[in-house]
This record gives sequence, C-alpha cells and structure tokens, in this order.
Amino acid sequence: MSLLEIKDLHAGFEGTEIVKGVSLTINAGEVHAVMGPNGSGKSTLSKVLAGHPSYEVTQGSIIYKGKDLLELDPEQRALAGIFMGFQYPVEIPGVNNAEFLRLAYNAQLVSKGEEELDPLDFDELLDEKMKLVGMDPKYKDRFLNDGFSGGEKKKNEILQMAVLNPSLAVLDETDSGLDIDALKVVSEGVNKWINKDNALILITHYQRLLNYIQPDFVHVFGQGKILKSGDKNLALELEKQGYDWVVTETAN
Amino acid sequence: MTDPVKSPSVEEVLEDKGQYKYGFTTDIESDTLAKGLNEDVIRFISKKKNEPEFMLDFRLKAYRKWLTMEEPKWPNVHYPPIDFQDISYYSAPKPKKVLESIDEVDPELLRTFEKLGIPLDEQKKLANVAVDAVFDSVSVATTHKKKLMEVGIIFCPISEALVEYPELIEEYLGTVVPVGDNYYSALNSAVFTDGSFVYIPPDTISPMELSTYFRINTEETGQFERTLIICAENSYVSYLEGCTAPQFDTNQLHAAVVELVTMENAEIKYSTVQNWYSGDPETGKGGIYNFVTKRGKCLGDNSKISWTQVETGSAITWKYPSCILLGDNTQGEFYSVALTNGLMQADTGTKMIHIGKNTRSSIISKGISADRSSNSYRGQVKIGPNASNARNYTQCDSMLVGDKCSAHTFPYIETANSSVQLEHEASTSKISEDQLFYFESRGISRENAIQAVINGFCKEVFKQLPMEFAVEAQKLLALKLEDSVG
Ligand SMILES: Nc1ncnc2c1ncn2[C@@H]1O[C@H](COP(=O)(O)OP(=O)(O)O)[C@@H](O)[C@H]1O
Ligand SMILES: [Mg+2]
Repeated sequence: MSLLEIKDLHAGFEGTEIVKGVSLTINAGEVHAVMGPNGSGKSTLSKVLAGHPSYEVTQGSIIYKGKDLLELDPEQRALAGIFMGFQYPVEIPGVNNAEFLRLAYNAQLVSKGEEELDPLDFDELLDEKMKLVGMDPKYKDRFLNDGFSGGEKKKNEILQMAVLNPSLAVLDETDSGLDIDALKVVSEGVNKWINKDNALILITHYQRLLNYIQPDFVHVFGQGKILKSGDKNLALELEKQGYDWVVTETAN
Repeated sequence: MTDPVKSPSVEEVLEDKGQYKYGFTTDIESDTLAKGLNEDVIRFISKKKNEPEFMLDFRLKAYRKWLTMEEPKWPNVHYPPIDFQDISYYSAPKPKKVLESIDEVDPELLRTFEKLGIPLDEQKKLANVAVDAVFDSVSVATTHKKKLMEVGIIFCPISEALVEYPELIEEYLGTVVPVGDNYYSALNSAVFTDGSFVYIPPDTISPMELSTYFRINTEETGQFERTLIICAENSYVSYLEGCTAPQFDTNQLHAAVVELVTMENAEIKYSTVQNWYSGDPETGKGGIYNFVTKRGKCLGDNSKISWTQVETGSAITWKYPSCILLGDNTQGEFYSVALTNGLMQADTGTKMIHIGKNTRSSIISKGISADRSSNSYRGQVKIGPNASNARNYTQCDSMLVGDKCSAHTFPYIETANSSVQLEHEASTSKISEDQLFYFESRGISRENAIQAVINGFCKEVFKQLPMEFAVEAQKLLALKLEDSVG
C-alpha cells in the first residue's frame, strides 16, 4: 500500500480552480521533489494536503495510509502523521515557542493514548532536536515565529518536524531564506530523519537543495498540474534550461 | 443576631406596617418585593434588615439625591431607557427553616459555585478561601467565619455588620463613593440589600483568600450589593468576587458599589471574575446590565490597592474600578481582561487619582472583542498639584476576533504637577484563521489553540489572579471564544 495516493485532484479558492487534476503516488521511503514556476499552485496543493479551510476540493481523492484524507480535519491529519513545513509560517505573538512545541508533542502522545511529557523532560528532548537543526536554545523563549527572520522561521519549521517526527513531511520552499551554512545543517537534520517508513515531498525552486537531499523523483509542476516526472537528472535539466521547455513540450 | 434568614418575612413586615396591601409576591422559592421604588420601599428594606437609624437616613438621603440626577450618557454603550419602577428592589430565597450549616444551601447554587472552582460545602470547601455567597439580595452563607474571627478578621454579610458593627460602617460607608457620586451609586446607596463586609485589624495578614460569590436568580429583581473592605495598618487581604446569573429574556440590573480603604502600609488585592449572562448572542435579548462603581482609597501612607478583573459576561458593562492615592508613596494597580462577544457592549477602565507625593499607578488593560460586540477602554489618570514625582504606566491592548466587532480606547490625562512621569502604550492585534490553522496543522485542537493565544495575550493579568481563579478564567475565555473564531 502506498503512503499517499492523490488521484485527479482539483481544488481551488473561492470558485477559482488552482489545482487542476493532480495525480501523485508516494511510497514510504521515497523523497519527491516538486519544482515549478511561481503561482503554479504548489503551495495550494500542500495546503490542501494539510486541510486548510480556505481551499475547496472539487474533484478527485486523496488516500493516506489507506484512509480518505479529505474526511479528516487538519488536526486529525497532523495527528495521523502529516507535517506541513509552510512557505510562510505565521507569527503568533504571546505564545511561547517551546510551549507551542510541547503542546503539539503532547497532543500527539495523547492521541496515541500515551502519557504527556512534563516541561522538564520535554525540555531535554527539545535541546537535542535544536542541536540537530542547528538552532540556538534562545529561540525556545521567543514567541512563536514572532519577529523571526525568513531563515529563522524556516529553521523553526524543521525543528517542529524533528520534534513531531511525521510519517509524511511536505516542505514548501523551506530552502528559500536559508543561507548556505544553514541549508547544510538543516539538510543534514532532514537526512537523519529520513528512513524507510516515512516519506518527504520537497517543494523547491533550486537544484541547490537537491544536492543535499537526494530526491528519488522529480516532478515539474505547471498550471496546476504535474507536467512531467523523472529522476534527479530532471532537476539538473531544469536548472540549466528553466521551466519553459517543459511547458512547451507538454502543450504539444 | 441578624442572620438574614432569621429576619422577619415579607408578610410579617407587611402586617407590621399595615399599609402595603398591594404588590408583594411570594412564591415557594423566594420572598420578593413588588416592583417599584419610593421612600416606603426604602423604609421597608431598612426595617426588614433591622438597620440602625443612621442607615435609613443614609438611604433616604441617597434616594432624594438620586431623584435629582440623570443617567450618564457618556459611556460608549446603547440601550433603551430603564424603567426603574419596573424592578423589584428586594428578593430573598425563602428559607423553610433556619440554616444550620452550609450543607442546607440550595444544591443548585452549590453546584454553580463548584463550577467556578469554589465549592461551598463543609467537606469540599477550599481550605484557603473563605466564601460569602450572595443570592439575589441576601447573603446565604459565609464559610470559615470562625477561623477568621480567631485572628480578629471580620468577614460577614454587610446586613449583619450593620447590626453587629454599626460604628465601623457608619465611619466608612460612603467615604470612598459618596452618596451622590453618580446615578447608579446613588441608587445603590438608597436600595442596597446585601453584600460583604470585611475588616482586617492592624498587623494582620489574612490567613486565607476572602471571596464573595454573587448570583442573580430572580427575573425581575435588581441586584444592588454593597461591599466595604477596610484594611488597617500593616495588614493585607486578597479578596475575590465571582458572579453568574441565569438566562432570562429580560434585562436585569446589577448596580453594585464596592468601597475599599487602606490604612498605613496596608494592601488590598481585589479580584473579580465576572460571568453574568450576556444575552442572546444573535438577538441581544436579555442579559445583565452591569453598572458598577468600584473605588479604593489609599488613605494611609505606603498603602496599596490592586484591582484585577476578568470581565467575560453581561449585556452591558459600565465599570471603572479606581484608586484614590491619597497617602504619600501609595500605589494603585488595575489589571483587566474584558471580553465581549455576541452583541455585548463594555465600557470599562479605571481612574487613578494621584493626590499624595510619590504616588504610583499602573494600568494594564486587555480588551478582546469578538462577533458584533463593542469593547471600550476608558481610563483617566489625574495628577493633583501636590502629587510630586507621581508616576503612571498605562498599557492598553486590544485583540479583535473577526471583523464585525469594534475596540475603542479613551485615555484621559490631567496633570497639575510638572514632576510627573507618564508612560502610555497601546496595541491592536487580531486572532486570525491562519494562526489557528497553524496550531491545528501541528495537531493542536482549536480549543487549545485559542486558549494558548488568549493566555499569551492576557498573561500579565492572569498572573495577578490566585491560581484556581486563573485556571478558571483561562477556560472561561477559551470557551466563550470557541464559536467566534472562523
Ligand atoms: N488564499 C489565496 N487568495 C488568493 N489567491 C490565492 C490564494 N491562494 C492561492 N492563490 C492563487 O493561486 C495561485 C497559486 O498560488 P500558489 O499555490 O501559492 O503557487 P506556488 O506555490 O506554486 O507559487 C496564485 O495565482 C495565487 O495568487
Ligand atoms: Mg508557493
């Protein structure tokens, strides 16, 4: 059984169709890269996966771990092991970063019928994960994403992923905003997380990231659809020639 | 002895007076005076409570003053005119017999109280909180009285204090909120029926929190309670007040007056969690009109009064817990969370009146508005000519939930001294659907998400509340907002 199976998915926003017939199958142990021009609907697809209420699915299906994902609300999807690394993580002033992470971690434990972790034990776990993604412990006491730079926000997303240890992670342009050193550290963290039981979807514009995290499949996204799929060499070709040739090729 | 339950019944007083043939309704549950207000009603209340002569004079003076006054029009709230003749000014749960212990109090009342986190009955009562429960117009139970008496603390219904300690009441009642202070305080002074009285003797730290719980139960009763707290030299007390009312289609008037007095080096910390019924969220029908005058006077040097309020209910709130900083080096504090949802209207804030030297005040106000409600902060900082080196810090934050609500701030500053230091900060923020989605996408429930955001917003105020109340207040706010976001 595949981990995730998207079939002919159509989705949009207030009557405008943005995702126009996406089919994609992802098995445990795989890394998929999704590349494509701005505005083609990549973030929309990822938010639909996470269950964002502003987007409406008009056609198609998403099966996750054998279950109809569209039946689940966002909270249930997260508890079922889906993690969304947002392109633009929202700022939440007043809410402590570490406390937020503990809430999320404990929500997961509770849903599995396990005992919650107390702040001290969680703090230990958090220290370890922060080291993994190269984050200064001072970010524990900051308000969630509040006043974080673009790169800090992205790191914080990876930190959350490391803490929550999902089955399927979707990282939406996590690399943009990270400097080379940070990109390296974060990629190492992600690589350590990858195993045969989980899967990763990387949405990115840059080949750069794919040097660090090797994709098994590369998909070119355009006009709300997957226009072309291939292996990691496709990414190299895109780097050289841009997206236009794929768009032209598929139009013919 | 004047335990209110032992006072003469309405019928007995009636027979006595012989002239009120009309207008008294009594049912199984309560003893209720017919609607309407005149001097006879006031005499009735005073007589019913076996009050000393000075009290009746005080009431009549207030009533006559009230007749010459007009309802205030300046608050940013709107409601049809109140017919003061259409309200009953006295209602008491009718006891079948004299209550021997708190266990005989209406179990419904005990349950409601328990939900607030403050069980009344002997087995479950909180070890560190003494409670006075006021039901409609009278106090029905006071816990831990004996234990407090041992250290000389008086904590009892004000109706009882009027008989037992008339000289204390006569000396202080109306000295902080004068009889003619404002329209509603004048009305309260004329017709108040019960409330709490606290006296902390010199050099005494109250061994427990004192608390009053108010409940309006009868549909057409006004509630006019009166609270007086006197804290003598070098003493400290923390006092909590909680309120609820059942749901009626009509509006009930709650016009309370609270007066606090601190002597030298004394401190009173007064906390309120107000959750009166706020009316139908769609139509606005029903709900409490919460028109309250709360004021403290820091009489002695180095004394301090601190108000903390979490206002979550009432159709209309009109309330400005204030401090008169009379003594030198005195301190006033106001910490407030005011939540409005549905069609609620709140106009609340504080007045800090600096008279003595080196007086300090701080104001932290957090307004949360949701749905179609309107939430106004109104605050005044007044520095008198002798208040050299006075300081005030004001922080006034609003949070909007949705885009049909409104938040307003009206800060007034008046200063007659040039050596003062004033600081003012304000902010407006929004709790957005995207924020909640972010929580949910991490597996955190909507309810916990709202709670986390609100707690963050209100942190500075919540941390002023005693632990049990803080937890209750957090839950209350989250519950109220659950349907308002999204
Ligand atoms: N919430 C929204 N409001 C208005 N337009 C939206 C919204 N979400 C997506 N869109 C539009 O949908 C299209 C696809 O956007 P997006 O999924 O962010 O693309 P990508 O991530 O591939 O750059 C864009 O034209 C964008 O403006
Ligand atoms: Mg995008």
